[in-house]
Formats: sequence, C-alpha cells, structure tokens
Amino acid sequence: MSSLQTTIEAPVTPVRRSKVDYSQGPQPVSINPTWCKKCNICVALCPQNVLDTDRSGKPVVAHAEECIQCGICWTHCPDAAITSNYR
Amino acid sequence: MTPAVKSSAAVQQSDVVLRYLRPHKKFPNLWCPGCGNGIVMSSLVRAIDKLGLAKDNVVLVSGIGCSSRMPVYLDFQALHTTHGRALAFATGVKFARPDLKVVVITGDGDCLSIGGNHLIHACRRNIDITTILINNYIYGMTGGQISPTTPSGSVSTTTPYGNMEKQFEACELAKGAGATFIARTTVYHTSQMDRMITEAIQHRGFSFVEVLSNCHTYYGRLNRLGQATALLRMFQEKAARGKAKSIIDEESKDMIVTGVLHRDDEKTELCDEYQKLLDSLSKGKA
Ligand SMILES: Cc1ncc(C[n+]2csc(CCOP(=O)(O)OP(=O)(O)O)c2C)c(N)n1
Ligand code: SF4
Ligand code: SF4
Repeated sequence: MSSLQTTIEAPVTPVRRSKVDYSQGPQPVSINPTWCKKCNICVALCPQNVLDTDRSGKPVVAHAEECIQCGICWTHCPDAAITSNYR
Repeated sequence: MTPAVKSSAAVQQSDVVLRYLRPHKKFPNLWCPGCGNGIVMSSLVRAIDKLGLAKDNVVLVSGIGCSSRMPVYLDFQALHTTHGRALAFATGVKFARPDLKVVVITGDGDCLSIGGNHLIHACRRNIDITTILINNYIYGMTGGQISPTTPSGSVSTTTPYGNMEKQFEACELAKGAGATFIARTTVYHTSQMDRMITEAIQHRGFSFVEVLSNCHTYYGRLNRLGQATALLRMFQEKAARGKAKSIIDEESKDMIVTGVLHRDDEKTELCDEYQKLLDSLSKGKA
C-alpha cells in the first residue's frame, strides 16, 4: 500500500541528470536505521525517485544514479536520519 | 567524474544538525514519525550554524507541548519552562543578558491560548527575542483538543461536530501588537524556513516566525487529511509564495501566504533603550 502511494506521488521520470558517478564511491545518501521512524517523507518528496521502501517500510536507496544531491530528503527528515555522503 | 569527497565548502553540509544534538539524550526523539517539529528543529540548527553563533551564546526557551520539547534535544543553553510562560522567562533572560541570542520555541496552544498575554506584551515592548511559533492547528501533547488556530469546522477531540469558533491570525495579531519582524513559512518549504529563521535571528527587535506544521497524529487523523506526507503536500499546494500582498489576501482565502509579511527597522528596541537610560544616568553621576 505504501509503495503504491509513493509511486503515485512521486514524478514518474526524473527531471534532472545526476552529475556524480556513484558507482565509484559510497551511496549518495545514508539512512540511519535506528533513528528512522519510517514516516516515508523522504521517499515521497524525492524529486528524482531515488528512494523506495523495503518490505518493512524503511527507505532504501533504489536508484542511486539519479541522485542530484538536492537536499530535499535530508532537510525534510524530522529525525535527522538521512545524511549525504557527498555534502 | 570521480565522486567528490565530503567537502567543507561553503555549501551547508547534510549532517550539520548532528553536531548540535545533545550527546547524552536518547534518540530518536519522542515525536511521532513524520512530525513537523523535527523538520523545524533541523532548520533552526542550519540557521544558527550559518550565522556562526557559539552554542553557549544561544538560549532556547520553551513552554510545554510537543513542540516545546525541542530545546531538550539541542545543545544550546536551554530553559524548558511552564505552559505558556516561555516569553515571560525569555524576557527576563534577555533583559539580564542582552548579549545572548534568545530564541523561543512555542506551539499554537502555548503561545496563543495560555501564553497569549505574554505574546502581545513581548511584541509591544519590541524586545530582541526571536519567537518560532510551530502552528499545527491543535494541542498535540494532550491529545488533540482545539487550539486558537484550529480552523472553523475542523474536528478535534473537544469539537467532535466541528469547531464553531473563529481562529486567530497569529501574524496579524503579532503585527497589531507591535512586533517588528513577522514571517510565515511551512515545514514543506525548508529552504525558505532556513532563510526566514536566519533573518529573524539577525533582526534587532521582536521577531515572530509562524511555521505551519503537521500534526497528522491528531489534526490529520481526526480530519481525514492523511499522513505526514499528505499534509506536507497540502502546504505545498496552498502556499502562495510572493503572490499575495497582504497577510490576509482577499483573493487567496484558502491559500497560505508565506514569506516576510512585515518588517520595521525604525522602532527602538527595549534593551537598547534601557542601555541608553543607564548610560545617561551614569553620565549624570560623573
Ligand atoms: C498550566 C497548564 N495547563 C495545561 C497544561 C496541559 N497542556 C500541556 S501541553 C498543552 C497544549 C500544547 O499544545 P501546543 O502548544 O499547541 O503544542 P503542541 O503539543 O501542539 O506542539 C496543554 C494544554 C499544562 N501543562 N499546564
Ligand atoms: S524522512 Fe527520515 S524518518 Fe522519515 S522515512 Fe525518511 S529517513 Fe526515515
Ligand atoms: S502528537 Fe502531533 S505534534 Fe505531537 S509529536 Fe505527534 S504529530 Fe507531533
């Protein structure tokens, strides 16, 4: 159910191209699994559809290559559970 | 392109909030999953970090409520006071130590019902305090009773058939009472919120920032508005950024007007006046 909502809310195609090649380094963002409360704000607001939820409802980086480091996920996380590995 | 390492460039880092959390506190915080209070907390930290203020020179004062728990988590000077009295305590702190930056974190119940009188008098005095009103339209901590900002018709635990009362326009109230910097923003508009809080802290005089926030646990659930994300999307849709001229724009009845709504840099500030008095008295003595 929650993954269905996410698909409806987020844009289908990413709007901007990522400038960083993430295959050479760490993931674009890291999620602190003990602080995350699975509110899914990050998943829903990401304009590039980078994040998705796993079976337990926790956000995971699903499409790293699309991340543009815009900061929408980490500025909207109420629990300071997301940080970028590049900024 | 090889991935750039985490740089200490001018661009604000994503982990800035982590450097300002109290080390001995248990995290995650006590707020419900998705609660806007946490979004405001990291925005406040980014604003203070950007201004380069020392942790010990910032005093966070709050009353009682979910939003008022914020100073407990942040590693600044903190004063967690009684319900509604944050501004009274903050006035005392600022008057005794005008060199400190005093920031009040308050909820709509805390600031406008029980603390309404303190608010209007702090505005009237134009004392250099930054007030961040986290308006979630309801009493969160005590279980979803109506507050002075609950929209007419909205359901709460004390108004199961809809609220019959009219609401306060908090920003209009602050303006009428004499506040000299007034801004409104929402938890969806985080970069605007960063800017508004930064400007409010910089402003010399009483500054009032109303941040519209989501209490999906009570307000959202009782009014069938959905979860946190749905409320954030509602703020996104309703905010008329820069479009409306006045605080209540007739054409934008159901819209939220955000941005700096009022600013007066002419009015004298209370601590400055007091210092002037002290200076003139000590000159008279010499
Ligand atoms: C003197 C006094 N009266 C009543 C209360 C109960 N009380 C605690 S928090 C609260 C309302 C808080 O609502 P708000 O300020 O909107 O903050 P929120 O929890 O929504 O962030 C009330 C009435 C109290 N603690 N002290
Ligand atoms: S916004 Fe933060 S708390 Fe919410 S799901 Fe994302 S990482 Fe978890
Ligand atoms: S009850 Fe409402 S205001 Fe309080 S933590 Fe939960 S969502 Fe936030």
